[in-house]
Order: sequence, then structure tokens, then C-alpha cells
Amino acid sequence: MSTKPLNVQELARSPLYRRRVMSNQVGLFLSLSAMVVGLLALTWILAVLLIKGFSAINLDLFTQITPAPGTPGGGLSNAIVGSLMLVGVCTAISTPVGILAGIYLAEYGGHSRFANLTRFVTDIMLSAPSIVVGLFVYAIAVATVGNFSGWAGTLALSLIAVPVVLRTTENMLNLVPTPLREAASALGAPKWKVSLSVVLRAAKSGVMTGVLLAVARVSGETAPLLFTALNNQFFSLDMGQPMANLPVVIFQFAMSPYEDWVSLAWGGALLITFSVLALNITARVFFREKVQA
Amino acid sequence: MTQAEQMNLPNAIEVRNLNFYYGKFQGLKSINMDIPERRVTAFIGPSGCGKSTLLRTLNRMYSLYPGQRAEGAINFYGQNILDPKQDLNLLRARIGMVFQKPTPFPMSIYDNIAFGVRLYENLSKAEMDERVEWALTKAAIWNEAKDKLGQSGLSLSGGQQQRLCIARTVAVRPSVILLDEPTSALDPISTAKVEELVHELKNDYTVAIVTHNMQQAARVSDFTAYMYLGELMEFGKTDEIFIKPKRKETEDYITGRFG
Repeated sequence: MSTKPLNVQELARSPLYRRRVMSNQVGLFLSLSAMVVGLLALTWILAVLLIKGFSAINLDLFTQITPAPGTPGGGLSNAIVGSLMLVGVCTAISTPVGILAGIYLAEYGGHSRFANLTRFVTDIMLSAPSIVVGLFVYAIAVATVGNFSGWAGTLALSLIAVPVVLRTTENMLNLVPTPLREAASALGAPKWKVSLSVVLRAAKSGVMTGVLLAVARVSGETAPLLFTALNNQFFSLDMGQPMANLPVVIFQFAMSPYEDWVSLAWGGALLITFSVLALNITARVFFREKVQA
Repeated sequence: MTQAEQMNLPNAIEVRNLNFYYGKFQGLKSINMDIPERRVTAFIGPSGCGKSTLLRTLNRMYSLYPGQRAEGAINFYGQNILDPKQDLNLLRARIGMVFQKPTPFPMSIYDNIAFGVRLYENLSKAEMDERVEWALTKAAIWNEAKDKLGQSGLSLSGGQQQRLCIARTVAVRPSVILLDEPTSALDPISTAKVEELVHELKNDYTVAIVTHNMQQAARVSDFTAYMYLGELMEFGKTDEIFIKPKRKETEDYITGRFG
């Protein structure tokens, strides 16, 4: 074995070193091109939306209801309000359910059979096709009652949102260091108090991020609403009746032969995309900075 | 301490024939010792010797984890706390614990102190203010914290956080305070402050402290227990342990020939 000092010039010319430099460059090139493809798709989508949808954005979009076929003008006010209500009620249901179930899994369940089963079912629900969720809710909450309703739509959206909130909550609570739990227990705090007042609070920003991501996810869902909330061409605040909502309106209007409708669909698509984008950015930037502070 | 005092010190805690198991592994073997009231008792020994394990049996911290169990008896003023009927929350309110790394709760300094108090007492705003000031004063951090009681406990420095944790424990008015390597994450100046604090605390509380630092044990404690491989090798007055230990192993450890 040679023990003389490393000769750097010689090393730089050696095939071993040259091969490593090459593979580094190839790897860098591949990952950069993958990034470019991804970004290209995103900017393309946003550009098309802006070009086609921007002309539809005006005051009428927010104040007028969806027009009858062939009638000029009109807006999306009933669909916007409907979407806000569906997503709002869904958030009000799935936030507590998801967070409490997440606390159960992280703080109480451990690796018990029931907890593992819950995790397994949650993972399946996370990847369940949303149209299946829609069909399921149709079967239990629409077919049995006899009419489409906002409640059924909310239920379908909640089934999609709960697993997202649950999983994020569990993961975030697991990141909270154990000594913090022990410190609270050492003061004589009962377990529920430790979980709610200390552990959940320590993981607050992560859990809120999960909620916002779930909201962003459901606000664009179309399939589960097709079978449940359906649509309503009039302005309605009655959750017991079919309810207008942006995704389904976009679906129907975009496929229609009427130019006005197609334009409204683009406007709605633009609205929904940028709301979701804003939610995502809020979730990621705002809460990440709070964690570091 | 006079000779008479040594003889008649009442015990806060009496450990009798204590065996402790992490699953199948036996972490403590037949421990017998008395922890005298209003004195500082230090636990020393190499890593893994069971000193932290012993401390964590004294407030039943181990009961948070299934699979860990203790046999024998730990009498806390005559009451066996290993009794399955023992209410753990009430026990921990009387035997407080401070951990190796500072663990401020993600809330304001004021609420960090009030958290434990609110669990057991319904105080008016004025009474609570008074209690918070008292506890922070006891832990020698009032002057540094009084102007920022509303700020997050996480905004304090490491040493201040640790004193906040001690204040939080004191605020509940326990009779015993367990300190698990309370200065191992602190700089020398913060360490000195905490050690000074331990001196003050023993006027009102029984203190048990685990430390890796033998000089610290010599400085702060009245009694020292040397542990090795889950056994209590030697236990006695700190002066005696450090000046003329009875066992060769103890001497080797404290003189640095082993450990």
C-alpha cells in the first residue's frame, strides 16, 4: 500500500474521479429537466387560465347568478356562495374530527390493533378515488332521501378532508419531543390536558397547515359533488336542497355549446385555481415562518 | 450539620427493595435507601447505571410507558406510591420534576407558571399574579422575566428556560423536587445559577438530583448515592462519600479512574 500524500493533479485525471464528475453532471441535468417540465406544466396551466378566464372576471361574475341557456350576461354568485358554504361546513366538520382522531392516534392509540386499523383505513381513504366517495354518499344520503342536497355534498367532501387532517395531525404531534409531554405530566396534568394544552399547541402551525391543505384539496373536487350537491341554477342558501358550486358549474358550462357559458367556466376555473393557490401559499409560507420563529 | 441532626432527620422518601424492569431488562436491582427531608440527595454513576431510572420511579414517570414496571415499595411519608391505586396526577403535584433539556411550554411565561397551578387551584387574577411572582422569585428569574411575562417562554435563553421550568415546578407547591441532570444542557454561568438555586430550594423542599458531574454532586448535595449497573453501590453523606468512600469501586469512580 502506498502511503505517500495524495497527488491531486494525478487524481483529477484518474478515470474514477472523471466518472464521478460525469455522473454528477448527468444527475444534475436530469433533475433540472424534471423541474423544468413540472414548472412548465404549471405555468402553462396558469397562463391559459389567465388568458381565457381573465376576460370573464368582472363585477357581474360575483353578483349575478348563473344564466339560463342563451341568455347573455350572468355570473357565478350562486356557485361561489354555494362552494363557500359546502367547503365551509366541510371544514367545520372535518377539522375537529380529523384533529381529535389524530390526537387519538398519536397520543393514545400507539400501536394497538384499533389504532393500526384506523391508520390503514385512513391510508386507503387518502387514496380512494373521489368518484367512489361521491357514489357512496349518493347511495347513503341521496338515494335514500330522494333528493340531492348540500348536506350530502358536504358529507362527501368531509370524507375526503378528514383523512388529510387526521394524517397531518398525527405526523405533526409525533414531531413534538417526548420530554415536553413528560414535563407537563410531571406537573400532575392529566393526559387529555397534556395532549390538548401542550402537545397540540406545540404542533399548532403544522396542524393548521394540514387543515388548510385539506380545504385546498376539497375546494376543487368535482366528482363527489356531481352525485351529491349536484347543481342549482338559482341562488340558494338551503343546505337541504341541491346546491350550486364552482366545480360542477365549470364542468357543465365548459362542455356546453354556449359561448357565454364557456367563458363563465373559464372565469370560475381561474377563481378556483387562484383561491387554492393562495391557500397553499398561505399554508406553506405563513405557517412555516411561524414554526421557525 | 450537627451529629444530632444527622441521626434524627425525618425521611421524605423510603425506597424498599425496589426492582425495576424495562420489559425483560432489569434496570434497578434491590434498591434500599432513605431520602431525608429538606436535604439535597445526589445520584451519581456512569451512564446507564440506573440513576435516572431511579429518579423516574419516585414520581412514577415510568407509568407513562407500558412495559416498564417496578416492584417493591417506595414510601412517601408512609404511603406506598407504587400502589396501583395511587393517583398519579396528585402524586406528581407533590413530587415535581425538572428535566435535562429545558421544556418550556409553547405559551407565555406567565401561563407556563400558571398552567400547573390552574390544575389544582382556583385562584383569582390577583392571587395568581402573586403566585407567579412568588414562583419566579423562588427560581431566581423574576428580575429577568418580570417585564416580559406575556412573551413566549421559548423567547428566553437556555439557562433562563431551565429556571422557568424550576419556577413552574415550585409554583405547584410540591414537597419534593426531582432534578434529572438539570444543568447538562447549560453553560457554566447558568449552571452556577441553578446550583445556587438548589441550595436555596432545600430550605423548603426535599431535593433529589441526578448529575453526571461529580463536582456538582459534591457542591450541592448533602447525601450522595453512587450507582453502578442498576445497583446502589454506596450511599451516605456527601463528605464521607467523597473523602473516604467505603468501597473501592466508589473511590475509583469519583477519582476518575473509572467511568
